[in-house]
Amino acid sequence: MSNLTSLTLKAALAGLADKSFSSVELTQAHVDAVAAARPLNAYILEAPEKALDMAAASDARRAKGEAGALDGAPLGIKDLFCTEGVRTTACSNILGNFIPTYESTITSQLWRDGAVMLGKLNLDEFAMGSSNETSAFGPVVNPWRAEGSNAKLTPGGSSGGSATAVAADLCLGATATDTGGSIRQPAAFTGTVGIKPTYGRCSRWGVVAFASSLDQAGPIAKTVEDAAILLKSMSGHDAKDSTSLDIEVPDFPSFVGKSVKGLRIGIPKEYRVDGMPAEIEKLWEQGIAWLKDAGCEIVEVSLPHTKYALPAYYIVAPAEASSNLARYDGMRYGLRVDGANLTETYEKTRAAGFGTEVKRRIMIGTYVLSAGYYDAYYVKALKVRRRIADDFDQAFQKVDALLTPTAPSAAFALGENADDPVAMYLNDIFTVTVNLAGLPGMSIPAGLDHKGLPLGLQLIGKALDEGTLFSLGGALEKAADFRAKPTRWW
Amino acid sequence: MTDTSKLIVGRTGSWEMVLGLEIHAQVASKAKLFSGAAVGFGAGPNEQVSLVDAAMPGMLPVINRFCVEQAVKTGLGLKAQINLRSSFDRKNYFYPDLPQGYQISQFKDPVVGEGEVIVEHDDGSTFTVRIERLHLEQDAGKSLHDQDPNATYVDLNRAGTALMEIVSKPDMRSSAEAAAYVKKVRTILVYLGTCDGDMEKGNLRADVNVSVCRPGAYEKFRETGDFSHLGTRCEIKNVNSYRYIQQAIEYEARRQIEIIEDGGKVVQETRLFDPSKIETRSMRSKEEAHDYRYFPDPDLLPLVLDPAWVKRIEDSLPELPDAKKARLQSQYGLSAYDAGVLITEQARADFFEEAAKGRDAKLTSNWVTNELAARLTGSGQDIEDSPLKPADIAELVALIEEGVISSKIAKDVFDRMWAGEGGARAIVEKQGLQQVSDTGALEKIIEDLIAANPGQAAAVVEKPQAVGWFVGQVMKATGGKANPGTVNQLLKAKLGLE
Repeated sequence: MSNLTSLTLKAALAGLADKSFSSVELTQAHVDAVAAARPLNAYILEAPEKALDMAAASDARRAKGEAGALDGAPLGIKDLFCTEGVRTTACSNILGNFIPTYESTITSQLWRDGAVMLGKLNLDEFAMGSSNETSAFGPVVNPWRAEGSNAKLTPGGSSGGSATAVAADLCLGATATDTGGSIRQPAAFTGTVGIKPTYGRCSRWGVVAFASSLDQAGPIAKTVEDAAILLKSMSGHDAKDSTSLDIEVPDFPSFVGKSVKGLRIGIPKEYRVDGMPAEIEKLWEQGIAWLKDAGCEIVEVSLPHTKYALPAYYIVAPAEASSNLARYDGMRYGLRVDGANLTETYEKTRAAGFGTEVKRRIMIGTYVLSAGYYDAYYVKALKVRRRIADDFDQAFQKVDALLTPTAPSAAFALGENADDPVAMYLNDIFTVTVNLAGLPGMSIPAGLDHKGLPLGLQLIGKALDEGTLFSLGGALEKAADFRAKPTRWW
Repeated sequence: MTDTSKLIVGRTGSWEMVLGLEIHAQVASKAKLFSGAAVGFGAGPNEQVSLVDAAMPGMLPVINRFCVEQAVKTGLGLKAQINLRSSFDRKNYFYPDLPQGYQISQFKDPVVGEGEVIVEHDDGSTFTVRIERLHLEQDAGKSLHDQDPNATYVDLNRAGTALMEIVSKPDMRSSAEAAAYVKKVRTILVYLGTCDGDMEKGNLRADVNVSVCRPGAYEKFRETGDFSHLGTRCEIKNVNSYRYIQQAIEYEARRQIEIIEDGGKVVQETRLFDPSKIETRSMRSKEEAHDYRYFPDPDLLPLVLDPAWVKRIEDSLPELPDAKKARLQSQYGLSAYDAGVLITEQARADFFEEAAKGRDAKLTSNWVTNELAARLTGSGQDIEDSPLKPADIAELVALIEEGVISSKIAKDVFDRMWAGEGGARAIVEKQGLQQVSDTGALEKIIEDLIAANPGQAAAVVEKPQAVGWFVGQVMKATGGKANPGTVNQLLKAKLGLE
């Protein structure tokens, strides 16, 4: 029954509904697929027993006619989401074998709707990275390989585990988080759909924090419609998160398939960056053509402060991270390495617990918040952030959504950028602006490059207008007719 | 004009001290500032700790509306500007009793701005202390160093509890003024119900900023606002009694003067007061000071207050000490001093007002502030728990007013009331303590006295002041119950003094 894992979420839910198979069967198929896919290193914790228990409970609910929107659907959970009784590590040694006594709001909403948890997915340590190589559990390997090569590629990051699990049919969908592109770039690298909703759409409660003002959870899925179904369950106001929006959640799936005729699509000229591969340029043109064919009007727009986005992001995000990660001090949970005195205990604990990239960002963040540097860096970055948001506001006076590439390249080889943090940071060039402005952004698989690797296009929407993104995403998905799957080698 | 009473004499001339205070007042609230955890004294270690207080991964703060209301109420009580938009910042530092690794505070935009407090000197005169700001912040937990010789334990019950930090301008000029200011602020907070004012439990404590300058410099500072006219200040942390505040200031001012007079320079630093040695000692210098890396807390939105909500709080404020004092003076004709003593505790003023209904106010005030207050202090009781109620004092005062007993006898009656022998009237009747105003009985006693002491009687005619001897004898004969007025009248008539 391994073909059960190749179903979309939507199709699987239909199959469960018409009793073509049970959740236990569906879940068992995924549990087996997960166990067989360990070389990908997508799951850092497999929870087959829990999954099958949840599946059995789901089948019982369905038998009683009490099935929820996601009932019986096996999902993977990024290990940044706290799961009650299930080890949660943020892929950092500093959390060690931390087992939360609480469940994140988002995952509890998924379980409320009947979903089944297969296990916890790998990520860059504390979601800091663009290649999944900073994980304390080692990198995730992209299921895609370049034609004629056995070289291991990155699935992107930080949600590399989520993207890989979806691309390799190791779950029907996965939770992910996006601080600067961590949902969209891995989705682009793995031929999956990922959406980062409007800041405040999904609760951050129970999600290990990286940069609070930028962090936003969302799904990675096989199709635009699957993403809409998942996002609907994940969204909603949470009184426990002060930045959560108290606003009704639209029926996202109903937007998929809606006509996009007459929508005005902005093409930001500043996103035509130097050194961008011609293939990506071409794909972008193709995307424009598809939307034109679907009846959209294409408008060139300007986002003049785009070039300052990456530097501003790499000030704001580390600044918040340096403070958010102060709680990992060895005093109450997680790793503790005793020293001769308190200071030494802090130093040894944090030296042993955090990886290089996390340390780098804590140091950058500490530096930019320091007396004498605060105004020059942090305050200035906030000003840039305001300008970037203003740029989008201006653009959205004229257009309904923007179309850009998701990432400046296809998946690269593991290790390729590992020694060059700045090159690594450039992966986020098209995605960070959206986080800085708090807007929704979605990556849709749109084609393959000459090596047969997937490429994504990004749609950026107005705040709270995920609906339009789902309509446009659906139109692009239909036009692109992206059906390629990675050839199984694992 | 330099007030000479503020001068401190040094070897090289006179000095003055300049004092500014930061009062940390725990907000009276059942729950903490950003978590639902309970606040209470006496719970076992770490029994009042939520996931947020312990800074578990992924936990987020949510502002407690009631604590904000308490801060606004306090701001209004300090006649201060309420900022309709304020925000929270993170103050970053590592310490085991600070689980988040930062304290959430209001650094840049506090909820309350400038205000003022009118403070009474001991003699009843007043001075004004300007308030710079009031902000809300979280308290830290408590490190317990005395549980184990090799380890420090941490109790997080207090972590996350709401504090109001009330920052004054450098407007106090003596240790007595500083103590009087803290007393007054405490009184206002207790009236408002925004802090229980319990200094022993540390629910109200102060950081004291001390500097010294030459006479005249402070006035220049006040004229120009230029701090360079003032000396370098040192901050003495966490002083939690009026006495310690005064001792710490006196010691610190002397220390600074000695340094300067010895040709040295005062170093800006944070100091600790050691009550056992009555001295301050260095905690950390400016160079060692933490760089707290304040920045806006991204987990919290700016705090925006609805003006109508603030107005409702303002309309619900109780009568505050200054207003009550003015009213007691005008309504009851009390002196500023008496009114000032009564209002130091709301319950005492309430007690007085209840007892004074239809009675002589001054007399009632004296009984409340003297005899009763002394007895309560002696037994360690608050006026709320007084075994004698306002009606009991009123009954006693009525007997004095009616001339049934003298003030002297009244003290005896009060003692019996305190001892639980019953109401004033019943005691007077039972013990036969009513004044003898029966002229017939008194005339007889006086006539007998004159007859028995002709020499004395003759002397009084010569020297009228000597009548006192006869008064004393009558009192003695009546066991002190004779009405002194009647006795005087009768004596004068019988001795032919009129």
